[in-house]
Amino acid sequence: MQKIEAVIQPSKLDAVKDALVEIGVEGMTITEARGHGRQKGHTEFYRGREYAIDLLPKVKLEVVVTDAMLEKAIAAITTAARTGAIGDGKIFVSKIDEAIRIRNDERGEIAL
Amino acid sequence: MRLRVAKVYLSLLFVLIVAGSAIGGSRMMAQTAAPVAMTGGMSQGDRIAALEKQNADNAALIAAAQSAGDNAWMLVSAALVLMMSGPGLALFYGGLVRKKNILGTMMQTFAMMAVITVLWALVTYSLAFGEGNAFIGGLHNVFLKGVGLAPDPKYAATIPLQTFMVYQLMFAIITPALITGAFAERMKFSAMLVFMVLWALIVYSPMAHMVWGKGGLLNASLGGRFPTLDFAGGTVVHVTSGVSALITALYLGKRLGYPKVPMPPHSVVLSFIGACLLWVGWFGFNAGSALSAGALATSAFVATHFGAAAASIGWSAAEWIRQGKPSALGAISGCVAGLVAITPAAGFVTPMSALWIGLIAGVGCYFMVVKVKAWFGYDDSLDAFGVHGAGGTMGAILTGVFANSVVYPIFGAGKATGLLEGNAHQLLNQIVGVGIAWSLSIVGTLVILFVVDKMIGLRVSEEDEREGLDLSQHGEEGYDWAH
Repeated sequence: MQKIEAVIQPSKLDAVKDALVEIGVEGMTITEARGHGRQKGHTEFYRGREYAIDLLPKVKLEVVVTDAMLEKAIAAITTAARTGAIGDGKIFVSKIDEAIRIRNDERGEIAL
Repeated sequence: MRLRVAKVYLSLLFVLIVAGSAIGGSRMMAQTAAPVAMTGGMSQGDRIAALEKQNADNAALIAAAQSAGDNAWMLVSAALVLMMSGPGLALFYGGLVRKKNILGTMMQTFAMMAVITVLWALVTYSLAFGEGNAFIGGLHNVFLKGVGLAPDPKYAATIPLQTFMVYQLMFAIITPALITGAFAERMKFSAMLVFMVLWALIVYSPMAHMVWGKGGLLNASLGGRFPTLDFAGGTVVHVTSGVSALITALYLGKRLGYPKVPMPPHSVVLSFIGACLLWVGWFGFNAGSALSAGALATSAFVATHFGAAAASIGWSAAEWIRQGKPSALGAISGCVAGLVAITPAAGFVTPMSALWIGLIAGVGCYFMVVKVKAWFGYDDSLDAFGVHGAGGTMGAILTGVFANSVVYPIFGAGKATGLLEGNAHQLLNQIVGVGIAWSLSIVGTLVILFVVDKMIGLRVSEEDEREGLDLSQHGEEGYDWAH
């Protein structure tokens, strides 16, 4: 099992969600987040004062998938979330040791 | 069943209406018929006496009708001006601070609504509007003694004196509340209360007396020594609050971390709502200052609206050119600057002059807030001086330029009023008025700050400032994200 953590533009959330559901991903967790990458935010002006806003609003999406689904899921996310401009976000993948469904103690891939 | 009940109700209603109009009609006939009946078989002298009496009765009826009309507008205006403080100014300022200070900031304005009101009843109304010398009123009206329902013709002949009193109170509330923008996010609530009480006594009351009170030095309509045109409080409200704001900002010093730590407004949305409420409330402030519901109120209303619109465009245009984008905060700040500048002029100027005054103030205040503040580096946190001090000063002087005797012949019909009509002397009077307002504000505020600082200290501790005024001063939070 693999966990995909994708930090994306908030405006792309719906597209990414639809793309994942399309390929058969059953569950996901969404967090409203703030952050920056190499782009280091933007500047805002309030009454002529310049403010460097380095933490921008983002959405963090976590999905745990089977090894077989991993590449398909990554492709779905990158295709749906890409605008080509800086600030599109990043995807991190890590191994998951165990998954447990609380309702009935099912373990492993069947619990996903 | 339901239908039958409805039918019964309807027919009952019909009977009532028919009966009502029949009774009303016969009563009206009785009123109009009586004088005609009286004239039959009377001597000429009796007839003249009857006509005279009828004339006097009519005059009384007309006066009562006018009084009712004027009073209705003045009560609405008083309520509108209170709405400018809370929620208008409270939201406008509240949105501009960081979110840990929103309640502390709103409370400062709200506290004025309570404290200044009580003080007004006890003593400050008397000091501002009671009989006195050229500088301050006496103590004849303390505890509102003698402030009854009969009009005082010197102030407003057609409305109860209590209406005038409560209307003026609303100005006394918002003026100190405006100052709070300069020392936002760092003043002790206790020190703020003491400061404001003393400020109402030492700065506001004398200034209001000089410009609007009986025998006041600057009173233009009651024969003051230097008649200063100030229709709705350019000097009394905006110059005094704005200049005092600058002094408090300088005396208290900058907020911790200013200007290195970014302190952007936490919610321009709240400020936006506040500014729109201020715009609407300002019709009560300026058009209400006609103290009647006639044509003068209309011209003040129109000038107010035009000034606000032009200033909003002026500020936005300056910002668009210099920073590349017109911001919402810029548009609303410009509107407030225009409302400030048109305040002394409303009621004296034509709509076209109002557009000019607004435009000049919009661009002028933009430069005060964006450029001048940065040059000097003082922390007038929410730009109380940049908008009210600067806008009020510009407006007061421009009133001397644009005041027009056709709009309001305050010095007599056909007599030149402002500079453009050829009365250059009025410009000098305006400068005297502004100069006195500046001097009184600087000296008065400095003395009060010194006294309060020695008594209880002005600033919160560094720890409290970091934590925010909401928690440190009031023990609560404006936003509870956890629930």
